[in-house]
Amino acid sequence: MIRQKVVLRFPADVVEQPFIYTLAKKFNVTANILKANINPRKEGSMVVELSAEDEDYSGAMDYLQSHGVIVLPLAQQIVWLEDRCTQCGACVVICPTNALWVKRPEMTVSFCSEKCVVCERCLKACPARAIEARYLDEEGE
Amino acid sequence: MKKLRSIKEINEKIAKGQVVVATAEEIISMVEEHGVEETARRVDVVTTGTFGPMCSSGAFINLGHTTPRMRMSKVYLNGVNAYAGIAAVDVFIGATEIPETDPANTNYPGEFNYGGAHVIEDLVNGKEVFLEASSYGTDCYPRRKLEKWITLDDVNEAYLFNPRNCYQNYNVAVNTSDKTIYTYMGILKPHLGNANYCSAGQLSPLLNDPLFKTIGIGTKIFLGGGIGYVAWYGTQHNPNVPRTDNGVPRTGAGTLALIGDLKQMNSRFLRGVSLLGYGVSLQVGVGVPIPVLSEEILRFAAVSDAGIMAPVVDYSEAYPQGTGGILGEVSYADLKSGKIIVQGKEVPTASLSSYPRAREIALELKSWIEKGDFTLTEPVASLPSADFPVQFSRENKQKEE
Ligand code: SF4
Ligand code: SF4
Repeated sequence: MIRQKVVLRFPADVVEQPFIYTLAKKFNVTANILKANINPRKEGSMVVELSAEDEDYSGAMDYLQSHGVIVLPLAQQIVWLEDRCTQCGACVVICPTNALWVKRPEMTVSFCSEKCVVCERCLKACPARAIEARYLDEEGE
Repeated sequence: MKKLRSIKEINEKIAKGQVVVATAEEIISMVEEHGVEETARRVDVVTTGTFGPMCSSGAFINLGHTTPRMRMSKVYLNGVNAYAGIAAVDVFIGATEIPETDPANTNYPGEFNYGGAHVIEDLVNGKEVFLEASSYGTDCYPRRKLEKWITLDDVNEAYLFNPRNCYQNYNVAVNTSDKTIYTYMGILKPHLGNANYCSAGQLSPLLNDPLFKTIGIGTKIFLGGGIGYVAWYGTQHNPNVPRTDNGVPRTGAGTLALIGDLKQMNSRFLRGVSLLGYGVSLQVGVGVPIPVLSEEILRFAAVSDAGIMAPVVDYSEAYPQGTGGILGEVSYADLKSGKIIVQGKEVPTASLSSYPRAREIALELKSWIEKGDFTLTEPVASLPSADFPVQFSRENKQKEE
């Protein structure tokens, strides 16, 4: 069983084809659409979570690529909203990598994105909801 | 005890721009350096601060009369129920109230993304809030239904009235069980995975005046970014607890009921918060000025984190079952070092109360006083206190000499 979040890019000439339907029908791939949009040049992009059996999954990838769809790995990023952060420090014992850390003795909290492994544990642990997960495709959109 | 100055004299100095103010953090090193006697002679006021989740909070709002008139009997603000069992258009929105549609902990651990505290924050931020009101209708108040968007500017009066804030000291919460628990003290990982505390320690208002020598009913304070007052002693106010030699309670003790105009407040110091698996709470910023009327008062205000002890309590068993018993005592200096030792194990610590924001509040109040925007008040009545024979430590006495 594979479960993966990917970015699909559809060139303008294929954007209207029912790929998600075909994925489900032909390959038993469940696609959970997290974000979708079509730009003014009529190119589409979609962030989806795909889940399927291993063989079905690779068949689906071949199918998409042979039809001109570009499949990119999804980069997810954690964003610390400094303005919303109340500097309480509740997150620091939840974060496994010290990406969220307290400077002592000042007791100020900071976020170091290089250390973040995007485990998402801090998202709901922050009482002020000052941490968000954002999906970034290759262009950083 | 020799009296150094009166509140009236301090206010005269404030008016002349000559007042000397230090925060409860700054005063520690001043006393270490110059001793109690000299510092007390120089400093007129010590400002304190705290910014932590305080569940026992809420706001009274007068929503204003409609035409035709309405005696609102059920009121919702952004889907959150506000208590309407008072006069026609008066309601009380409680910080911890959640919408009836919130799945709460049926979807364990519940997220509690929005509640009464967030309604209060939205109002303070000038956002529009959806008001839904219904009534059974009377001859004098015929209207039965109202739906409209309102802002804080649209309502008549709105004031925060918090029955229990500013807990004087508090438990340090740990979890000895083998599963994670979700509490009002935050997420507690199993097998003593972390220890959470919730006090500004040496900056906290009631830890700087442990026997309520200056803070009393009517004391003017900083509340949520505006001016507020101590309305009464808070619920569960209990001064009769064990204390260290310097008079500081070793466990939760005194509390304050606070009141203040919501229209003066801002969300830097008043925040809706969501405690995973527990519920919604309001993070409240409070700053209380302590007039240095005597050396004794300064000695209390000079308390540092090393001199404030807190009990370590197991929130998987002793707390929920109400069986009492503690796993030890630690100081706030230990807690702020980032780790404490509990049952021989090194346990990482985290706070729910923001120390940097507490410092900011103490500094803000200090600048209000220095600029002459804030004068001090004489309490109109004292808070219930304890008879406690205070003995300041030898160390402290030597510094004085
Ligand atoms: S996502 Fe995980 S690693 Fe990144 S900051 Fe949050 S808790 Fe730390
Ligand atoms: S828990 Fe949230 S508000 Fe508190 S320090 Fe961490 S990011 Fe900031």
